[in-house]
Amino acid sequence: MKITMMYDVVRTEEKMLVDAAQRKGVNLNLQRSEDIYFDLQKDYSKEFGDIVLQRCVSYFRSIHLTAALEYSGIRVVNGLREATTAGNKLNTTLALIRAKVPVPHTYLAFNQEASLKALEELGYPAVLKPTVGSWGRLIAMLKDPETAESILEDREYMFPIYQVYYLQERVKRPPRDIRAFVIGDRVVAAIYRVSAEGVWKTNTARGGRAENCPITPELEDICLRAAGAVGEGIFGVDCMESPGGLVVHEVNNTIEFRNTVPATGVDIPGLIFDYLVSLKR
Amino acid sequence: MKCPECEGDIDVPADALEGEIVTCPDCGVSFEVHKKRDGATELRPAQIEGEDWGE
Repeated sequence: MKITMMYDVVRTEEKMLVDAAQRKGVNLNLQRSEDIYFDLQKDYSKEFGDIVLQRCVSYFRSIHLTAALEYSGIRVVNGLREATTAGNKLNTTLALIRAKVPVPHTYLAFNQEASLKALEELGYPAVLKPTVGSWGRLIAMLKDPETAESILEDREYMFPIYQVYYLQERVKRPPRDIRAFVIGDRVVAAIYRVSAEGVWKTNTARGGRAENCPITPELEDICLRAAGAVGEGIFGVDCMESPGGLVVHEVNNTIEFRNTVPATGVDIPGLIFDYLVSLKR
Repeated sequence: MKCPECEGDIDVPADALEGEIVTCPDCGVSFEVHKKRDGATELRPAQIEGEDWGE
């Protein structure tokens, strides 16, 4: 079986995947996104092996590339539906609500005035997040109406995507959240992401620490339902421990696992290839 | 290999992948490993983290 790994930057994860492919005896073709171009009328279905594993770190490049590959008849993991749903926090939240997965209370607005009215209903403190973005970038804590007004005013001068205001309740949680890794129909590993000292964001890209988290039946159930709401493939489901139970605030599409493998002892890259090989059968 | 920035010595692993990042121990500048058509390796300035990078 031949698998193509599409990538743009070689991170630790990509090296771990190359190593796992060797261990699993998978014929892995490495394809750098920057080096290719597409004739959209041409059939590429035989050129990338049986499956393409999409590992581009650039979100916009990733979804456009996945679209070109998928419409050419190539199986891509994750697929376009999954990538566009998980890659946009609004789309993810809507899919989760439809699937009755508990989520933090969330509002959508398009200008400063409407956002401030929404925030009056939602209550302070609240969190403003860009619908597209990662690693905690541009996520702002809105502690009170004055802070909200200032931050929203800043956003009015930014690129229009940042004027799509996704406003979320500030969930009362311990200084950590949970990242669970779903591969196919299994929750294979989970970590607590513990905030760094003096930081409220838990992203490991922001200094958050990874600790093994037991996969309880409640966690497994909510993560499988969240992943199922987004589609089928490989996901990182982010949950918070709210006073009323777990809520899902994000489903990630191109998972990073360099901190999770040592914290949990789970061979996530190896399991990714086991899953991809199982899709061929 | 010689660092294109400061001419310090950068250790590029023999099995480095196309696009892999190496950093000069002297000046701290990062480069991407690029394999030319003739098989030779060259270092190009590394991409700066994009606004849309992430999971």
